[in-house]
Formats: sequence, structure tokens, C-alpha cells
Amino acid sequence: MSDIDTRRQAYWRATLRLTSALLLLWAAVSFLPGWFAGELNTVEFLGWPLGFYMAAQGALLVFLAIVWIYAHCMDRLDRRFGVRDNH
Amino acid sequence: MSSLAAFSRRLRRYYLLYSLGFVAFVSLLAVAERFGLTPHWIGQIFLFATIAIYASIGVMSRTSDVSEYYVAGRRVPAMFNGMATAADWMSAASFIGLAGTLYYSGFEGLAFVVGWTGGYVLVAILLAPYLRKFGQFTIPDFLGARYEGHFARVVGVFAGVLASFVYVVAQIYGVGLITSRFIGIEFEIGVFVGLAGVLVCSFLGGMKAVTWTQVAQYVILIVAYLVPVTILSYKVTGVPVPQAVYGRVLQDLGVKELELFSEPRENAVHAQYRARAEEYARKIVDLPESLAAERVVQIQRVNELRTSGASAREIAAAERALRDLPRTPDEARLKWERVRQESLARSVNPAAHAEAFPGADAQSKASERNNFIALSFVLMVGTAALPHILTRYYTTPTVREARHSVFWSLFFISLLYLTAPAYAVFAKWEVYSNLVGSSIATLPHWVASWARTGLVRVEDINGDGILQLAELSINSDAILLLVPEIAGLPYVVSGLVAAGGLAAALSTADGLLLTISHALSHDLYYQMVNPNASTQRRLVITKSQLLVVAVVAAWVASMRPDSILFMVGLAFSIAASAFFPALVLGIFWKRANKWGAVAGMVAGLGVTLFYIARTHTFFGGSMEAAWFDINPISCGVFGVPVGFIVIAVVSLLTPPPSAEVQALVDFVRLPDGEGGYR
Repeated sequence: MSDIDTRRQAYWRATLRLTSALLLLWAAVSFLPGWFAGELNTVEFLGWPLGFYMAAQGALLVFLAIVWIYAHCMDRLDRRFGVRDNH
Repeated sequence: MSSLAAFSRRLRRYYLLYSLGFVAFVSLLAVAERFGLTPHWIGQIFLFATIAIYASIGVMSRTSDVSEYYVAGRRVPAMFNGMATAADWMSAASFIGLAGTLYYSGFEGLAFVVGWTGGYVLVAILLAPYLRKFGQFTIPDFLGARYEGHFARVVGVFAGVLASFVYVVAQIYGVGLITSRFIGIEFEIGVFVGLAGVLVCSFLGGMKAVTWTQVAQYVILIVAYLVPVTILSYKVTGVPVPQAVYGRVLQDLGVKELELFSEPRENAVHAQYRARAEEYARKIVDLPESLAAERVVQIQRVNELRTSGASAREIAAAERALRDLPRTPDEARLKWERVRQESLARSVNPAAHAEAFPGADAQSKASERNNFIALSFVLMVGTAALPHILTRYYTTPTVREARHSVFWSLFFISLLYLTAPAYAVFAKWEVYSNLVGSSIATLPHWVASWARTGLVRVEDINGDGILQLAELSINSDAILLLVPEIAGLPYVVSGLVAAGGLAAALSTADGLLLTISHALSHDLYYQMVNPNASTQRRLVITKSQLLVVAVVAAWVASMRPDSILFMVGLAFSIAASAFFPALVLGIFWKRANKWGAVAGMVAGLGVTLFYIARTHTFFGGSMEAAWFDINPISCGVFGVPVGFIVIAVVSLLTPPPSAEVQALVDFVRLPDGEGGYR
């Protein structure tokens, strides 16, 4: 196996690690607050009941963060493994 | 790279100038209104000015280059592609419908907010960069290449056209609604005006024209969405940032709700509606005799009024009631059942706005919770599988730009979705605290003008001359359009909101029509029927398909199918169960092969459609046949896992894909050029 191939495999493994971690975070933020909304609503957060807030704003902000982190981490991976697309 | 950067800078300058021009235009109209410009004219100027803008962008971007026509020449910078995707994504349903849905269903409606945004995480990390690297023209292109042959491609074309078509009908319907309401032209004509607006951009310039028009449409729609609620927020709380302060208003609303819900007069009104529901239940049981009896009573009443010399208005009302009587017992059953349901709904207090899962017992609470989760899931996965969204990521210059572009898409989309719940809370607060409890004779005049359209109804059922909450009904689509008038803003703001709704509907319709016509002309005709077709001929075929699809969609919309919202929900379930498993496994699992993909797509789609037919009354099903109490709108929640499992099982039972396909998978996984495909 050539050096380039090993590097590509390492890149893909790193991509998979990042993807699964962020996917896990996504699933947690998407479904847990909905499941426990009744319980969370007994807590107040900045004026909102927490369950309502998570579904109305909290989840969205985390989604934005996930996508931002993904784009920037992947940029770093691209550079580190030298697989940037050249246009 | 430098030419792209220069292009991006130039775009930024153009769109900045354009946005400033638009603000100046609106301010000018506001001044003109002060000097006596009538609402009728304001509505027309808004409609024609914005359509003229879209048309001129369309004409300026006309093209006969295949790559420009299909994927805008792949030179759309991340941020602009984000704006175009946001406009593509936010439909008439998001713009007009969401605030109303949240107004009525409170917490439960937030499943739409979570679902319609969370899907972009899946787009970002599972699909967009890989599809961009693959770099062809359509989603069936990917299925055809990855799953070797026409079979997967055809299933993809079928599901994509099905999902996009039901969706585009809803958009054109929305255009008809807005133009007929604000310009005062007939609904059917409005539909065709809207169609013209769609075609001027997509016909001449394809994806290139649609992209640059969508960016322009995004600017209009987001300004139109934010302005009214920002002013309302300033009026109510003194802070012009509705997204940040509506939590406090929500608390006040909770107090107000408790107060209203225990009012003795409210309870009296509830009892009267319950009695009405029971009366209709009896009448339905006694059909057909009850219908005949009703007719006799009405005829007698008309005759009595005539002989007793009542006023012409009273006689006309009685005659209209007689004329509107159902003609057949079947019609009567449907109509009376609707009245019965509505009266029943008005006989109880609505749920408190912030309360999650307000069911009466543990079982109904659990069922509401399951449906909330299921709906968010389907909308998220469906978002990540709608072809008109995914193809947008073919248009960026690089894989890197595609990743950043998803971030910009979600950012621009969030501006609207973070605001929608605030809309609902502010509108509800105004209605509960200022409208309910006031004298019916002195209601603000917008109530009367909207009552004429039938979208707002006031019925003083207990005859006390005071408006109780249960006596007021506002159509859920009207909530957003009403906010400027509730807040007492000048008509120019209403016109702006209408222009925003129009932009939302047109931009989505454009993207969908392109997807459908590309699937038919590129995937069916060029790839399968006539691979030797010249460029010229391909574009002619695409354009004629576009015309045909657009006219058929407008024709269906002009028949006013009343289950339109349900159809939009169906589009998400169809796309989710047909595409998502095959696309994701195609990238992340090399072993997935053509037999698995085809079986999985057909099985996923089949389960979804089967569940719909089983549970939705439209197809003669009933909720008694439901699994785990899941509503038909979330049918994809069963189709998606079935799709994954079937692809995995069938792939493992059949030979692995060829070396060429495995090389293709390696190729899409890495952003740089090498990898062995083409």
C-alpha cells in the first residue's frame, strides 16, 4: 500500500470520527429535549420555560454550531492531509 | 481563485445596492401612502415591481450553456448559495403558514421549527460535500452512477418528481392566494399570474437565472418577515428584538390564559357550542329525513319574511341560507360533520401556549410526545432528501465552499425560524389582551374587512355583545398577514408582507420546477432515451418540459385541492423514505449495491405510502389502524428505517458492486481531484 493511500485512509477515518461525533450531538439535541419537554418546562430559562426554549431556539443554535464546527474542522483536516480541492 | 474572489466581491456590491434600492422603494411607497396612495395601488405596485425585478434578473441571466442551465456554471460563492438555498427552501408554507400553526398549536408546532432546521445538519455532514465532489447535474445522476444502471435512476426520478410535484402545487396555490387577496384579482387568474412570474426566471436562464433571482427574493422575503414583528415587539415590550424578548411576553400570556380560561362567560359560550355540536350529531344520525325537514323550515322562513315585509337584507340572507343547504344527504353528512367538529373544538379551552403535550391522561400525553418526535424526525430526514435542495450544492465552485454554504443556508433560514415562534406569541398576546373581552360593536375595522374574506369570523353566540375567545376564529393562514393590521401599521407594511410571501412561494416553485424538468429531460430523455442528443436539443427538451410541468401544476392548483398542507407533509415523507437511505449508504457503505438500493428505495416508499393509505381518511383509512398512534403526516418514520434495513440485507445477499463503483465511492469521499472516476 502506497504512502498516499494510507494518508487517504487516515483522512477518511478522521472524517468518520468527526461525522459520528457530530451526528450523535445532533440526535441528542433533536430528540432529547422533545422527549423530556414536560420536565424541562418546569425550569425557567431567560424568561422561557426551558422545554419550549430548546425547541424554539436552543436546538437551532446548536444546529448552527454543529454545521459551523464541521465546516471548519474539515478545512483543517483537508489541510493536514493535503487533500484540498484545487480550483 | 482570484477571478472567483473578484466575482464574489462584485456580487456583494450588486446585492448591497439592490437591497438599499429596495428599502428606498418601500420608504417611497410609505411616503406616498401618507399623501393618499390607496391600498389597492400599493398592492399592485408591490406585485408588479417585484415580478419585474425577478423578470429582469431572469432575462439578464439567460443562457444556452448546459452547465450554466443545470448548475449555474458551478461558480456560486458559499454565502450566495446559502441565500439562494434559503429562498429555495422557505416556501409559502413556512412564510405564511408557520406563524399561524404555532399560534394554534403552541409547543406542538415547534416540531416544524426543529424539523425544518435540523435537517441541514444531515445535509451538511452526510450529503452536500460528497454530492458536490461527485459533481454531475441531478440526484438521480448520483443514484444511476453509484448503483450501476437505469433501474435506481428511474426509481429516483419517479420519487423525485412525485415529491416535487405535490410541493410545487402548494406553492402555486399560495401565489394564487396572495395575489387574489392583495390585488383583488380572481384566484384562478392569480394562479396564472404567479405562473408567469415563475417562468420568466427559470425558462430563459435555468439554474443560473433561478439562483440570482432567489438571492434577490431572499432579501425581500426576510425584510418582509422581520419588519412587522419587530415593530410589534417594540410596541409591546419597548425592545425591537422580538427573538430575544418574547419569553417575557410568553409568561404574561400564560397568566392571561389562566384568567381567560376560567372566565364564567367563556364557560357559558363553551356550553353553547357543545349543545350545537350535539344538535348536529343528532341531525347527522337522522339523515336523510333531517335534511328534508331542514329544507322545509328554511323555505317557510323565507316565505314568512317575504309576507311579513322584512328588510331586503334579511330576506337575502335567508335565501342564501336556503341556497347553501347541502343538496344530497352525503354532502350534508360531510358539511355537518365539519360544523360538529368545529363546534366541539370551540367548546373547550385551547391548550396553554407553552405547555408540552397537554393531553388529559398519561396515554394521550405519550402519544403526543411520540408524534412530536416522529414529526421532527420525518421533517429533518425529508429536508436532507428533497432533490431541489440537494442540487443547490452542485452549484458551488468547490467541496470546501459546499460545506460552508450549508452553514450559510442554515444561518439565513434560522433568521426566519427563530422569529416565527415570536410572531405567534406576539399575535396571540395582542388578540387575547386587546381583542377578547371588547365590545363587538367597536372592534377595530380590520376585523370587518377580513370577515368579508371569510378568514376571520366573529359569532356572538351568547348574544352579550362582548367578544369571547371561543367566539372568534381566525384562519391559521391569516395570522401572519394580520399582524401588520393588529399592530396598527400603515398598509405599505401589509403590501410588503404580501410581496415577501410571493417571493417565498415563487422562489420555491422555481427550484422545484427546475428539479422536475431536469429529472424528466436529463435523466429520462438524455441519459436513457437518447444519449446522443445534441446540447441544443437537450435544452429545447428541458424548456418544453418546464412549460408542460408548470402549466399542469397551475391547472391542479386552480382546482383548489383542499388537502394541500397534508400534501406538503407527504412530500417530505416520500423524499425521506425513497432517497435518504440510498444516498447515505451510497457514500458511507461501499458494500451497498444496486439490488439493495432498488429494493430499499421501493420498500421504503412502499411502506410510507401503505401507511398513508391505511391511516388517512383521504384514502379511506382511519387512525384506528395506526401503529403506535403515529399520525399519517409522519408516515416516513416507518419508511426510513425499513429502507435502511432492506438495503443492508439485500446488498449482503447479493454480489458486491464492481471495482469501478468502489473507486467512485473513494472518489467522492476525498475533496481533491484523484480517485479514479472519469
